[in-house]
Amino acid sequence: MSGLAMPKPDDATLRRRDEIVADMRIIVPGEGVVDATNQMRAFESDGLTAYRQLPLVVVLPETVAQVSRVLKYCNDRNIRVVPRGSGTSLSGGALPLEDAVLLVMSRFNRILAIDFPNRVVVAQPGVTNLGITSAVEQEGFYYAPDPSSQIACSIGGNVAENSGGVHCLKYGLTANNVLGIEMVLMGGEVVRLGGSHLDAEGYDLLGVMTGSEGLLGVVTEVTVRILKKPETARALLIGFPTSEQGGQCVADIIGAGIIPGGMEMMDRPAIHAAEDFVHAGYPLDVEALLIVELDGPGVEVDHLITAVEAIAISNGSTTCRISQSEQERLSFWAGRKAAFPAVGRISPDYYCMDGTIPRKELPRVLAGMRELSEKYGLGVANVFHAGDGNLHPLILYDANVPGELDKAESFGADILRLCVKVGGVLTGEHGVGVEKRDLMPEMFNQVDLDQQMRVKCAFDPNHLLNPGKVFPQLRRCAELGRMHVHRGQVAFPDIPRF
Amino acid sequence: MTTFTPTTSDEVLSAVAWAVAEEAPLEILGHGSKRGIGRPLQTEHTLDLSNLTGVTLYEPAELVLSAKAGTPLAEIEKLLAENGQQLAFEPMDYGPLLGGEPGKGTIGGVLSANLSGPRRLKAGAARDHILGINVVSGRGEAFKSGGRVVKNVTGYDMSKLMANSWGTLAVFTDVTFKVLPAAETEVTLAIRGLLDDAAAAAMALALGSSAEVSSAAHLPERIAARVAGGALGSEAATLLRVEGFGPSVAYRIAALKTLLGKAGPLEEISSEAAKLIWRDVRDVRPFADGTEKPVWRVSMTPSQGHQMVLTLRMQAAVSAFYDWQGGLVWLRMEEGDPEAALLRGLLRKHGGGHATLVRAAPAHRAALPVFEPQPPALAALSQRLKQEFDPKNILNPGRMA
Repeated sequence: MSGLAMPKPDDATLRRRDEIVADMRIIVPGEGVVDATNQMRAFESDGLTAYRQLPLVVVLPETVAQVSRVLKYCNDRNIRVVPRGSGTSLSGGALPLEDAVLLVMSRFNRILAIDFPNRVVVAQPGVTNLGITSAVEQEGFYYAPDPSSQIACSIGGNVAENSGGVHCLKYGLTANNVLGIEMVLMGGEVVRLGGSHLDAEGYDLLGVMTGSEGLLGVVTEVTVRILKKPETARALLIGFPTSEQGGQCVADIIGAGIIPGGMEMMDRPAIHAAEDFVHAGYPLDVEALLIVELDGPGVEVDHLITAVEAIAISNGSTTCRISQSEQERLSFWAGRKAAFPAVGRISPDYYCMDGTIPRKELPRVLAGMRELSEKYGLGVANVFHAGDGNLHPLILYDANVPGELDKAESFGADILRLCVKVGGVLTGEHGVGVEKRDLMPEMFNQVDLDQQMRVKCAFDPNHLLNPGKVFPQLRRCAELGRMHVHRGQVAFPDIPRF
Repeated sequence: MTTFTPTTSDEVLSAVAWAVAEEAPLEILGHGSKRGIGRPLQTEHTLDLSNLTGVTLYEPAELVLSAKAGTPLAEIEKLLAENGQQLAFEPMDYGPLLGGEPGKGTIGGVLSANLSGPRRLKAGAARDHILGINVVSGRGEAFKSGGRVVKNVTGYDMSKLMANSWGTLAVFTDVTFKVLPAAETEVTLAIRGLLDDAAAAAMALALGSSAEVSSAAHLPERIAARVAGGALGSEAATLLRVEGFGPSVAYRIAALKTLLGKAGPLEEISSEAAKLIWRDVRDVRPFADGTEKPVWRVSMTPSQGHQMVLTLRMQAAVSAFYDWQGGLVWLRMEEGDPEAALLRGLLRKHGGGHATLVRAAPAHRAALPVFEPQPPALAALSQRLKQEFDPKNILNPGRMA
């Protein structure tokens, strides 16, 4: 497990395992408690498969009352809990702990209400992201955020991670599309935030919960906004001799007031891997390939396609294809959507990063990546949500070669440091989890991190919910309580006037 | 009675540190355009941020703008307009409603109150556009959260925690917002003469179509006369705004006309008149009457809004109009009594939401919960957050109580 320190397991909890399992069976009767090692294997890892750990016990509750009782039981006895949705996190957010109950929300799988006049769906957290769209598409509606794992990932997990997707430039992230949740705090209290109305009264705790990576509460119900499907969508596939030209094209499109439904870029290694895999017809003699998708009424799409094409040509594009059919549009996307498995074909393993940068820094960051690639002796392919600056470098390595995973992780860490250095951030949509936990100080100083910890302390003062994730160092809430400023130590002992 | 007027974030930190050390509560103030909202404060000292000004970063191609917290909103909107951009969430101006001048307000205040406007339906509120903050907490600790990029899930979204906190958790020193291109063309369609229930049905139909309606408001009879200098006349007007590129707007307006042809007589409003109308809807001008008659802002399930108002009318004399497809109800209590318990009881029966007493005489604001009371577990959680960030209760104490 490549040097990642997790919280030391609590011996008292480990010793009481049989008793805890028996008590869980009382709270969640039937098939909802899994304690056999071979059955728990299915839960030992999430989408970040480099890390594996069997949990203390797996509990799959079916009712909010059960969730509340499990959490209260664990809170009263100082037992850690790791919540899990579908287990597709790419940052290890649902990585089990040896001494923690793994609370799996997959049996919360029902749509509770569909309200077309108010354009909301109320779903249990285990419903998949795509499941929401499936429930409303017969009426022409859909749920906009579309993480690439949407067929499997749960809406509760989307809330925990504030998931994005290729369409979030125009339609927003999970945070912008969730109107309300019901959640259970570690103490067992059930709290509702928002609903089918807009905005929170009081502090925006819904905003804080979204993207909190399972550290603040367990979501038991989600209310989302649904949208009417755009009438049409068409795409352009544009090749550039340099990434600078591709980047400038993106800036010019936005500068023209156009916010495309999707705007994706790939670099040469990613283009070649994808083309070899799916034969999408991508040009192989370009350094940057841009897919720009416009959606809306046909007249709007036609109007904007013309505008984007002109911008592409003015930036020196060497190829520019415009989809003439739905089939062709999908073929443009086929390579991009298969980029990860395509890279998987050319390398035994790959490690997917997730930094965000100001778009204009793209050439500098790509150049920096090439240098790092040489330094570490590992290849890297880039796919890039170009519209919002979210990079997904895929580092190629071979886990069977001793030391290569460590090398890949160091390479990845250096890429993220570079992202922060140019004004970006460690993670755009995959979350901190365990993966980027120890890099948090690259972006935040101790005072900054302490404030986030204060939020944690208000929700879960005993640090029992998903510990070991997000924060590089756990500090007792009482330690944070000390005031930094004391009488007589301030710069202006007299009443200052500025 | 001291007024601190810091011009740098370090001076803000010093002022708050002093207040912490002295346990001397502060009123946090920008232009004071929303000073009349919330429980009246009785602080001896004031932290006036109106000299902490200046846009520190604006990169149109990156869709990002950073400014010091006291920067006038008007200055930022002017700068954006010069570049064909805007704050898409259309922050409202409480000034006219509260008896102040129009056009005041700072960018920090926009976030503190999580302002938005008619475009909230499609574009979100301030909370949806804030990218990063620098603040000083009630412990006298300066910290940052977020950044300058749109996609960022690094750590908790503290910017959203601070949105709508009305200066009770921390003092903003710098804020960074996402900005967006302003629409090239906008057209507003009005359906005339509808009663509230028919208007709600028409707005739901329009919003459920692919016409991408960005704003939907209903001004009942007589209220309609009180916007844009009477440009609409007094007949009820149900307003639908469509924005975007010219050919697209034309197509979508035509689609709406077909869809709503049977709903009632349709009128296209000229774009100059429409701009004034939406501004006046946004700023609650129909109730900007120079009085202290209680005014409520109620956010609720859109289809329930007019039904709640109908029930309320049986027990109280109210004037009402609707934004956000009917989900934002503005109410003026004509007899002077806020009727808080009655209204909030009805709100719970109509799907829940929140009712804020945005205008009332100080005596009413002191005696009633201005903000929607929270259930015990949620109230306790909010209180724990307040305790974490402002344990000595020095920042706007009691304002949200």
